[in-house]
Amino acid sequence: MPGPFAGFKWLALLNDWSVFAEGFIQTILLSALGLTLALGLGIFFGLLGTSQVKLFKLINRVYVEFIQNTPLVIQIFFLYHGLPHLGIMLPVFAVGVLGVGVYHGAYIAEVIRAGVESVPKGQLEAAYSQGFSYWGAMLHIVLPQAKRISYPPLTNQAVNLIKNTSVLAMVAGGELMYHADSWSSNNLYYGPSYVITGLLYLSLCFPLASYAKSMERKLEVSS
Amino acid sequence: MIKVQGVNKFFGPLHVLKDINLNVGSGEKVVVIGPSGSGKSTLIRCMNLLETPSTGQIMIDNIDITAPKAPITKMRESVAMVFQQFNLYPHKTVLENLTLAPTLIKKISREEASESGLSFLERVGLKEKADAYPAQLSGGQQQRVAIARALNMRPTVMLFDEPTSALDPEMIQEVLDVMVDLAKEGITMVVVTHEMGFARQVADQVIFMDEGKILEKGSPEHFFTNPEHDRTKLFLSRILR
Repeated sequence: MPGPFAGFKWLALLNDWSVFAEGFIQTILLSALGLTLALGLGIFFGLLGTSQVKLFKLINRVYVEFIQNTPLVIQIFFLYHGLPHLGIMLPVFAVGVLGVGVYHGAYIAEVIRAGVESVPKGQLEAAYSQGFSYWGAMLHIVLPQAKRISYPPLTNQAVNLIKNTSVLAMVAGGELMYHADSWSSNNLYYGPSYVITGLLYLSLCFPLASYAKSMERKLEVSS
Repeated sequence: MIKVQGVNKFFGPLHVLKDINLNVGSGEKVVVIGPSGSGKSTLIRCMNLLETPSTGQIMIDNIDITAPKAPITKMRESVAMVFQQFNLYPHKTVLENLTLAPTLIKKISREEASESGLSFLERVGLKEKADAYPAQLSGGQQQRVAIARALNMRPTVMLFDEPTSALDPEMIQEVLDVMVDLAKEGITMVVVTHEMGFARQVADQVIFMDEGKILEKGSPEHFFTNPEHDRTKLFLSRILR
């Protein structure tokens, strides 16, 4: 009986490379759009969390705690299987963007909130004492400092988001993991399929993670 | 110039300012001293509304800044503050620290703000540090930059909240020298400090606070040689060794 990594299985994969390429491109698109949504949600809800207004803080907490403390799989299943019962049919790509976007938006909201809160209170006071309004002080004094602190953890969130798009395979998401899975369940050539798929995720995530590491080092040097 | 009338301040159940009344004339130098927790920092922070008085009224240039719709940001353009912790903007160069608010808030042109900024840096002896970042400066240098930043707003009032308390002993004098030099001008100054030498040298009026109340008000001569209150005498005996 041939082993899981027998040569002919690799050849078969090479032959069907376009299946993996299609999945890879879908994963990149999904990640890019998902990240854009996650950043938008994260910045909005993160800033709500730094507000002095209790209601805004509450909205931030409900969003963050609810999303962070339920599995991504269940959130995706809700979008894919649950929403149709409410008369909302989303294409699976939209389910993917919405799913990872909302999920990582909650984590990014915490990154943003922590970044803003790490800026000493004296900075806001100094800006106030010079005649800045709250928003002027945020824009020119607080956020530029929060941004520097937030970049490394934000990049880590981008890495996690890319990896988590693979959850879409469970609802036939059309991305890399789904294609790898369906291709190999037809011919049972799991070995090469998953190795290549893993390497493709690595090729996206590793450069980002290294970039985050180098930024962290730079921050340490400058502070 | 500054009129504080019947000001009380509560932090929750804590009564930190108790019926404060104080007049600071135009160009006058007022030094506020007192033990830690006496409310002196809270009082000076009320003068630019970083703290809002719970009751009472504060008038600056005959404008009630404690009124509900008072022009607070406008008032702050002419009432500058120097903080204990300097609070320079770390992501901006020294010169940018000086020009940021004048250009954005007072809408002065960049060239003009830079030019006046450089002249104020020269005055505090740090013109060569214009392109440095705050983290590259010593504490004393940072505080001198903070004073120059305040001056570049062309304020009519300067508030100093314990400007030398966070400094190494060696660096206190360089900051005090700048402040003494500044006191020769017509600018109104309110200074919270523990530096008795400075109080003696520049104050027109010395205020002694304890437990949220003004216990003593008067000229430096009166204050240092002939204080009325036992609490003031005790404080001075401890601090002037």
